[in-house]
Amino acid sequence: MTEAPGLPGSYMAHGASFAEFLQRSGLATGLPAGLEGRVDVPHATTIVALVCDGGIVMAGDRRATMGNLIAQRDIEKVFPADEHSVIGIAGAAGVAVELVRLFQVELEHYEKIEGVPLSLDGKANRLATLLRGNLGMAMQGLAVVPLFAGYDLDRRRGRIFSYDVTGGRYEERDHHAVGSGSVFARGSLKKLYRSGMGTDDAVMASVEALYDAADDDSATGGPDLTRRIFPVIAVGDAEGVRMLDDAEVGSVVESVVAARHTNPDGPTAALPGGTP
Amino acid sequence: MSMPFYVSPEQIIKDKADYARKGIARGRSVVVLQYEGGVLFVAENPSRSLHKVSEIYDRIGFAAVGKYNEFENLRVAGVRLADMRGYAYDRRDVTGRSLANAYAQTLGSIFTETTKPYEVELVVAEVGQVPEGDEIYRLTFDGSVADEHGYLAMGGEADEIAASLGQRWRAGMGLEEALRSAVTALGAVSGNPPRPDQLEVAILDRSRPRRTFRRIPSDRVASLLGVESGAAPVPGVADSPDLPPAGGEGD
Repeated sequence: MTEAPGLPGSYMAHGASFAEFLQRSGLATGLPAGLEGRVDVPHATTIVALVCDGGIVMAGDRRATMGNLIAQRDIEKVFPADEHSVIGIAGAAGVAVELVRLFQVELEHYEKIEGVPLSLDGKANRLATLLRGNLGMAMQGLAVVPLFAGYDLDRRRGRIFSYDVTGGRYEERDHHAVGSGSVFARGSLKKLYRSGMGTDDAVMASVEALYDAADDDSATGGPDLTRRIFPVIAVGDAEGVRMLDDAEVGSVVESVVAARHTNPDGPTAALPGGTP
Repeated sequence: MSMPFYVSPEQIIKDKADYARKGIARGRSVVVLQYEGGVLFVAENPSRSLHKVSEIYDRIGFAAVGKYNEFENLRVAGVRLADMRGYAYDRRDVTGRSLANAYAQTLGSIFTETTKPYEVELVVAEVGQVPEGDEIYRLTFDGSVADEHGYLAMGGEADEIAASLGQRWRAGMGLEEALRSAVTALGAVSGNPPRPDQLEVAILDRSRPRRTFRRIPSDRVASLLGVESGAAPVPGVADSPDLPPAGGEGD
């Protein structure tokens, strides 16, 4: 291929991966690796995801912390990855948001070049590969832990994938949470989750779980009714991914908060054979 | 020792241009036209998977005629350029004009520097927020760029098809009317408008947020044209004044 002034030869080469194209062209712009020491940067916290009847729900709180300070009150950590999948991020916010941006372009790029979208497993694997490239930074305290969920058009159901910093990919059943408040959110989800629950119930459960996480983890932000800053919630089904608007989330949040006025620990699970 | 013949530069360029033109004229045609809701691409293309019309970016579409492997190369390069720019700057900074320029440079240098020019003709179309903001660039094998307005046709019999389109196209026409005009024009020479299953139809839909490119499946094309999918030809086409009486239609 001739080196043309318009489009360099690398633009004409074979391949459908945007990330690999960036590297091949020498255009990849990661942070320099192998630097000494650690930096203090904003960290994003808790993300929860649930499989519901006909799809998935993912929700994230809005707080970013830097040490013991609140770095941002209204950060967004849940994003549509493409038409049928969503990604939520916990960890070093700057690196994580950049990872999401690259992942979004990666999926769209593949779809445009190949003419068909990647399978859900293919998307999950691409995310693992991108994440593995960040291991050097993770060692320096800039770890990113994403949570990926989507509607599998072939299997016709919602699926959730979690990751570790080395790019390990694990499929989760029913529900999962990542980030500093995830321990409390997972405990909450365990008690609130019902197999085959509807989307509205799953949205409610996700808000309850984030409330419980914020209750016990200082780095997770609870719903802020005075500033009207609510969790970001994405719903994905066969029709595609939809981000709930403030009014929709607001009404769920208000009912959750109202119920906590009388019962601060939230809904109680029934004990088998015990008093109801 | 044989003496090499002297061939004038004019002759070399002319030979290359003739070669490219012949290659392009062998292929089936593509028409691109503006309609009220955006930009419509209609290609005569029996293949479901080897596309002549494609998405480049949010508001930019691509159409091509000629050799598939050559324009496919250019299409992929265009997607990379657009994604690269959108990733490095912002999605709003990806423009049809810069893409058309890159294609022009590439085609121009391939034409002058290699012995075999690309046998392709391309269209880069960008849909604006209003019809006046639409941009349609036509690029030929030698790297020339033309800024087109309203409608255009490329490929074999392009002139006849464009002439037919010229009689029907008007500013602000709806999708249905635009599609009818396009299909009628594609059948202008043979008198047999292609069936919906022989067409590749796509639009850049002005009203959509973000990605505006949408393919229109053949059953939807058929219903827009008011015909059975893959069966009868377009009604009302055969009695168009500029067409010869069509034989063998409706079989």
